[in-house]
Amino acid sequence: MNAIDSSALDGSFLARGHSLRAWLTTLDHKRIAILYAAGITFFFFLGGAAATLIRLNLVTPDGALMSAESYNKTFTFHGVIMVWFFLIPSIPTTLGNFLLPLMIGARDVAFPRLNLTSWYLYIGGGLFTIAALLAGGVDTGWTFYTPFSTMFSNSNVFLVVAGVFITGFSSILTGVNFIVTTHALRTAGMTWFRLPLFVWAIYATSLVMVLATPVLAMTLALIALERGLGVGIFDPALGGDPLLFQHLFWFYSHPAVYIMILPAMGVVSEIIACFVRRRVFGYRFMTYSMLAIAVIGFLVWGHHMFVAGMSTYASLVFSMLSFVVAVPSAIKVFNWTTTLRKGQISFEAPMLYALGFVGLFLLGGLTGLILAAPALDVPLTDTYFVVAHFHYVMVGGSVMAYLGGIHYWWPKITGRLYSEAWARFAAILMFFGFNLTFFPQYILGYEGMPRRYHSYLPQFQALNVLSSAGASILALGYILPVVYLLWSLWRGDLAGNNPWHARGLEWQTSSPPPSENFLRPPQVREAYAYDQPEP
Amino acid sequence: MSACSAIEQQYDDAVQQREAATLGMWVFLATEILFFGVLFASYTICRVLHPTGFAIASRHTDMLLGTIETAVLLISSSLIALAVRAIKLDQRRVASLLMTGTAALGVAFLVMHGFEYLREYREHLIPGLDFMQSGPYAPSVELFFCLYYFITGFHSLHVLIGVSVILVLAARVARGSFGAQRYTTLELTALYWHLVDIVWIFVYPLIYLIGRSG
Amino acid sequence: MSTQHFLVLIPQASSLAPRIDALFWVMIGLCSLVAAGVFVAIVFYCVRYRRGSSASREGWQQQSLGLELTWTLVPFALFIGVFVWSLFLFVDARTPPPGAQTLYVVAKQWMWTIQHPGGQREINTLHVPVNTPIRLSMTSQDAIHSFYVPAFRVKQDVLPGRYTQLWFTATSLGRFPLFCAEYCGLDHARMGGAVVVMRADDYSRWLTGAAEQGTLAQQGAALFRGRGCDGCHGDNAVVHAPSLQGLYGHSVALAGGGSAIADDRYLRDSMLLPHTQRVAGFAPIMPSFAGQLSEEDLIALIAYIKSLGATPAVDDDERH
Repeated sequence: MNAIDSSALDGSFLARGHSLRAWLTTLDHKRIAILYAAGITFFFFLGGAAATLIRLNLVTPDGALMSAESYNKTFTFHGVIMVWFFLIPSIPTTLGNFLLPLMIGARDVAFPRLNLTSWYLYIGGGLFTIAALLAGGVDTGWTFYTPFSTMFSNSNVFLVVAGVFITGFSSILTGVNFIVTTHALRTAGMTWFRLPLFVWAIYATSLVMVLATPVLAMTLALIALERGLGVGIFDPALGGDPLLFQHLFWFYSHPAVYIMILPAMGVVSEIIACFVRRRVFGYRFMTYSMLAIAVIGFLVWGHHMFVAGMSTYASLVFSMLSFVVAVPSAIKVFNWTTTLRKGQISFEAPMLYALGFVGLFLLGGLTGLILAAPALDVPLTDTYFVVAHFHYVMVGGSVMAYLGGIHYWWPKITGRLYSEAWARFAAILMFFGFNLTFFPQYILGYEGMPRRYHSYLPQFQALNVLSSAGASILALGYILPVVYLLWSLWRGDLAGNNPWHARGLEWQTSSPPPSENFLRPPQVREAYAYDQPEP
Repeated sequence: MSACSAIEQQYDDAVQQREAATLGMWVFLATEILFFGVLFASYTICRVLHPTGFAIASRHTDMLLGTIETAVLLISSSLIALAVRAIKLDQRRVASLLMTGTAALGVAFLVMHGFEYLREYREHLIPGLDFMQSGPYAPSVELFFCLYYFITGFHSLHVLIGVSVILVLAARVARGSFGAQRYTTLELTALYWHLVDIVWIFVYPLIYLIGRSG
Repeated sequence: MSTQHFLVLIPQASSLAPRIDALFWVMIGLCSLVAAGVFVAIVFYCVRYRRGSSASREGWQQQSLGLELTWTLVPFALFIGVFVWSLFLFVDARTPPPGAQTLYVVAKQWMWTIQHPGGQREINTLHVPVNTPIRLSMTSQDAIHSFYVPAFRVKQDVLPGRYTQLWFTATSLGRFPLFCAEYCGLDHARMGGAVVVMRADDYSRWLTGAAEQGTLAQQGAALFRGRGCDGCHGDNAVVHAPSLQGLYGHSVALAGGGSAIADDRYLRDSMLLPHTQRVAGFAPIMPSFAGQLSEEDLIALIAYIKSLGATPAVDDDERH
């Protein structure tokens, strides 16, 4: 059986050179995507290990597992790794890299060498950061608030900031590459409004990456400068302004949330269209809403600072804009739901992930509205309510979509099928594990438990235990796919070129694709032409 | 971005490759503006918080050298624009000379900046390394010089990169690697050099001019 | 003890709490309604239109401008409604009622120090009388902290180098947990305490019991002499320095043009960074007291300057 398999995959990009050298010097966007996937999986489990320690520590009110110092370093480790080395690069650099050229009928991204450089920057920055985090660690939280980070923390702030700074360039270069690829390399007939929503999502994400990341880079450089030279741009004791740091930081970090969620929205749109056998309802509004999110997302950063000492008027303006940015997200949820109407729905594993995404993203988004009202944000901010909110959006949203996308395109990438039963089981397990972990945190936050607490009042224990129990189920849910996906590489059945009978251009070539992507030019039609026969 | 004009495999033709490279450069320049934007924003806010201290500090800067540097950069920018025109007319020798001139002016800019730094070092105006000022406004002056070194240093880094790239390209122009049909790389480098120039147009008044009148 | 605490609603112990909870539960209701609607639709469609079902697919459409506009504009209108409600509530929550009693809070790693105008000091516990508007004027000595009393539904970051304020009127007697809500380093989780709400007569008894070295203004006066401030600013001083008599709350003309209101923040800055906002007509001879006066000292000195004849017109240090 193996002999037949390997001969069937012979012409693919995977067959071109098996040496480490061949992989590490590759300019093929598909191979670079796989390099990224390896890095991202590594960082995900590293950050996940930190999360496990956090949840274990919070089983008892006195935080018996770790000292306060280790706990503070652990949640910082979790935040830094998950935000910059998993969530932000996850979908764009893996699925985006693999699929963007295929979906627009191109042979590669616009700048392949730049693409590989981005990966090296990502891995370099990542290893640098891990080294700094392990050798002493850093205890500022991933937000590096001044003046704590510049004047009072005795940890490796400088090195971690440098690691994140380096990785920022990976983000910027990837964004530049994708923007140019989308503009310049669309094949003949691929007009803007024939693009799959995933391409729109990656395009909108790249705009945000390119315009927001430089602000983060320079802000971090100023932190390093302040820490190194002891001058006070952000330190009030030396005449600086700590709120300036928060403004600059959130000017990047709020759009960064959209870097994490927009690609997820793109993935989910592809999956739903495929398993409902319908064009996504309201395609044009879906594209407009993505661009609206990308643009308005730049104007709402102040809602992180309602209690920070900003003026009342500024708070109200930011609150108003935050409600406005919720409208396009609402449009998307309604459109996905309506796409189901009168469809031919089937429930393969990717579809389960996509439906899970819609549900969890909805809960995360709705609680975001509560936080957008400053009067309610005052008691809820910096509590577990916020922690639950952004985990619903980022873990329930982005991670579910990422895994959904990995399952959906797995046959495309590897040419193999995984065990459908195990995949469905893992998706359902994750959904329940996730809710059990994070729903209690909403209640904890409402009852007033602040975040980043190493120990807590005894009355919060029951809900914390519940949350930790959920986390262990969730952890199992995340380990399962690693096992059966790797297994499928060995023993999985051959997938055929288009196992889902999907309509995107990426399915018009063989699975896995050849190095040059298309042996004959793909046939371009409207996106999601499920009412027409397969080409 | 490709230096050679052979069409890379992901492009259909030279036009597409040229468009991609140009768009890529423009997007990159947009990120550059944001890099400097953060610095200018921070500088402006600090200036509002410490008006007097910053006015005093900016009198320590060397306006004469700053003005000459501005002129030098502006001239270098026009030289490289002429170089691009020359290569489009296939005048490789002229283009190569003009680019060498651009690079020479870039080096002159860096040298003059070096003299400025040297003078400030002698006056003990370098925070973290050797800063000895007294008086009520010393902390504000220190803050000013910190931002001053960061902004001008970051800009000089750009100049240095530009000079290196331009020198390499000048040599390749002389060897005949570019011509009337192949000039994208040159044009994009010129674009970058103009950005370096434009950033300086903002740095110059912000650092050297404001506060001198009072 | 913990098992019966699964879904305890935290007490509404301040005048703001019921109003904030009302908005909160209305929002929860609205959100639940939307969530339930979407979930029911998803489940319904998934069952009815599963592949192979016999339900009719006639009349399927791939877009509808009417629907799109409906679910763009209806949520938008709802959001604006909620925003306006929240706006009024937020402005109230940020505006202390006139005549609120001011207490002073200094945060430092990892404790809260509270100074009462009568000179009483306490650490990590704040005694307040019931049904009396209390205003806290807060500053930090190091990192950013955040003063958070869940039962009152109030929270405000406490920043170094400036005064932020917060107000509440406690409506129930008892002891309510106080937390630091902004991460501030090693013992962030232990930087808490309690607000003790007492009946008015109990409170005055407590004040008498806790009284120490005179009122805050008297402590300030002692510092004023002890640190030699009176050498220049005193009545018999020979040095040419601005008089502090009746200064508080008045407008001051600044050297280099412009003017400033002599509020808490201005006075604080003038002691620590005397040259940034120097009074017109005086030489820049005042030394900086940065590093020599603690935040508590500064509060006492400001209280003293205030007592030298204040106009009540300006009592707002939330000026940025």
